[in-house]
Amino acid sequence: MPLANTDSIEKNLPEKVPFWLDPKKRSIIAQLFVFCMVGLLGYYLISNTLENLERQSIATGFGFLHKESSFEIGESLISYSAADSYGRALLVGTLNTLIVSFIGIIFTIILGAFIGVARLSTNWLVSKLAAVYIEVMQDIPVLLQLFFWYAIFYETLPSPRQALSPAKGVFLCNRGVAFAIPEAHPAHVYMGLAFLAGCIIIYLLRRWARKRHDRTGKPFPVFSVSICILVGLPLLTWWAGGAPTKMNVPKLAVFNFQGGLTVSPEFMALLLGLVLYTAAFVAEVVRAGIQSVSKGQTEAAMSLGLRPPLVLNLVILPQALRVIIPPLTSQLLNLTKNSSLAVAIGYPDFVSVANTTINQTGQAIEGVALIMAVYLIFSLSTSAFMNWYNKKTVLVER
Amino acid sequence: MEELVQGTQTEELKPPVASVGFIGWIKYNLFNDVFNSFLTIIILYFLWKTVPPLFRWAFIDSVWHTTGTACRDATGACWSVISANLRFILFGFFPYELQWRPLLAMFILFVLLFISRDRKYWKKPLGYAWITGLFVMGLLMKGGLFGLTPVESTQWGGLPLTLLLSFFGLTAAYPLGVVLALGRQSKMPAVKLLCVIYIELIRGVPLISLLFMASIIFPLFLPEGVTINKILRAQVAIILFTAAYIAEVVRGGLQGMTLGQYEAAESLGLNYYLTMRLIILPQALKIVIPPTVSILISAFKDTSLVVIIALFDLLKTTQSVLSNPEWMGFSREAYIFIAILYFLGCFSMSNYSRKLEKELSRGD
Repeated sequence: MPLANTDSIEKNLPEKVPFWLDPKKRSIIAQLFVFCMVGLLGYYLISNTLENLERQSIATGFGFLHKESSFEIGESLISYSAADSYGRALLVGTLNTLIVSFIGIIFTIILGAFIGVARLSTNWLVSKLAAVYIEVMQDIPVLLQLFFWYAIFYETLPSPRQALSPAKGVFLCNRGVAFAIPEAHPAHVYMGLAFLAGCIIIYLLRRWARKRHDRTGKPFPVFSVSICILVGLPLLTWWAGGAPTKMNVPKLAVFNFQGGLTVSPEFMALLLGLVLYTAAFVAEVVRAGIQSVSKGQTEAAMSLGLRPPLVLNLVILPQALRVIIPPLTSQLLNLTKNSSLAVAIGYPDFVSVANTTINQTGQAIEGVALIMAVYLIFSLSTSAFMNWYNKKTVLVER
Repeated sequence: MEELVQGTQTEELKPPVASVGFIGWIKYNLFNDVFNSFLTIIILYFLWKTVPPLFRWAFIDSVWHTTGTACRDATGACWSVISANLRFILFGFFPYELQWRPLLAMFILFVLLFISRDRKYWKKPLGYAWITGLFVMGLLMKGGLFGLTPVESTQWGGLPLTLLLSFFGLTAAYPLGVVLALGRQSKMPAVKLLCVIYIELIRGVPLISLLFMASIIFPLFLPEGVTINKILRAQVAIILFTAAYIAEVVRGGLQGMTLGQYEAAESLGLNYYLTMRLIILPQALKIVIPPTVSILISAFKDTSLVVIIALFDLLKTTQSVLSNPEWMGFSREAYIFIAILYFLGCFSMSNYSRKLEKELSRGD
């Protein structure tokens, strides 16, 4: 009976479902429709653009990269002059972005971790001060902060003649900060090499120590030995290289300091603004990460007989870092993206150089496309790193 | 038994003075061990060294209503830079005698926002009030009807412009962000791909590149003779940018929904649209209110970036005051004032989000 029933139902069904009721076909049609709409919009915009470009006789293509730039850039890591090409100018800008982001990231992590820990302090005063810092810095636009610091550097600090000297060999004035740096000496190159060698030795040492620990259970003081190697090897090289102590001290020339290392007020303002702003966000991330490890974990580790440094190293940090690292990288990426605000205070970062290029060549589309491409490369490589890290540290569940 | 109860009456011991009250609080919160005591003393010394001079600079030695030249002799802060230029900073190039109009528009906005704070008013009448309010605000800004003198949008500036960019940016970006999030969760590969590309592309680039695009490239996209005003272009860039971030937040909420919710909706016979509208989105959007507010806060702060494409928002009007030779060199005071305005805006938003989070986590 039941069998016959189903048969009759199937017979009652129409032979073919009309395509507008079939979910599969419907979804294909919807997708085709969406694609067509996007395609049409793209076609419309592109055809308009081509027409406009032709009418205003703006050149297209990236040929301008090889032309002479004929503008100067205030700060450059590589040699650059107005006679060089736009391509080289943009490279200078990219390097400037990278250097300010790199130094900014280092200071941000240190300051952010410090404030995040201070926020959790049992000392009421410390904790409240950190809370006020976090709230105030998060609630003021970073661009405004950049303008503020730039104004402080530019207006409040004296001219080079009356430069402040808070420490020996350091001068603060409205042309920037001048430091004394060691006089160039061949030993410095070897010291750098020694530092690199130290890093490699430490990496190998860690691997060996972990293997031995797994095999025999004997711990090895990796951390203190690493510090000794990192400091000791370059020092040893320095001593072997004749222990050069001569310093290149900045001296007041007619208008500005000569010698030493002078950091421009634009760079200082950008660095300070970005670090102070981003550190507030990093502090919140660090606080949340530490709070995410329950107290039972600490107590369990201690009851196993681990000493406090080992509790931190083996139990707390691995768990806290799993929570901290993803939002931390996105904050650091934000710092890199915010460094594009340099254009507002005149630091020649990539966006600023690209902006000048656009103004001179009139090739806005290529210029903005370059800006977007460079930042996309930064962020895509960061998210690639993130995926790798997440895979590596994902919680292995039974 | 009674005797026993009466017999246990003993003199109540007061807790030791050193562990309760003010002294106890100080002992437990500031001096609970050697390191903390040391920190407290250092910080108190530091505060003693910095706060009184700052206070002196800001309030005692400061001048409030003078000319720029008189300011140069003052040893403290020169707040005259604000008081003398307040109307330009707040309203930009809006015709001087008509500035009551943006003021009234902002007042309406604040009243509406204040009423909307309370969730018990989140009903239809409030929606109508918002629509009317927005219309009235637009009318006040633009003029041209009911005998109001028309004001070109190129003359809009200052605080009303900042509020306009952020407010419309957020209201338009929100639905767009929700649609993008739904698209990213969609089962149709083509739609999903487009949404993923859009979201990742926008989130990967800084806002400033979009603003450049809006100000220099966008005119090239339009056919000959068609022009769109600069404020609107910047507004579109802000909307497109914010929408991508909102989409990511909403996606988080959608992923937080259990499969059971979808299955229950399906078993009730609801189609995709009704499932989303009645079952999924009301729950998903509710759990992402706190992160959404933080996106809104950062969008509010990000409107200050329009300075770079030379729109006269709050920050730009301040800068143009500072480029006047009479007021040159008083950037600190002016920027501190603007910072306080931004801080008040963002702080009230984040406080409100915290309050809302508490209310929602209590369960209705």
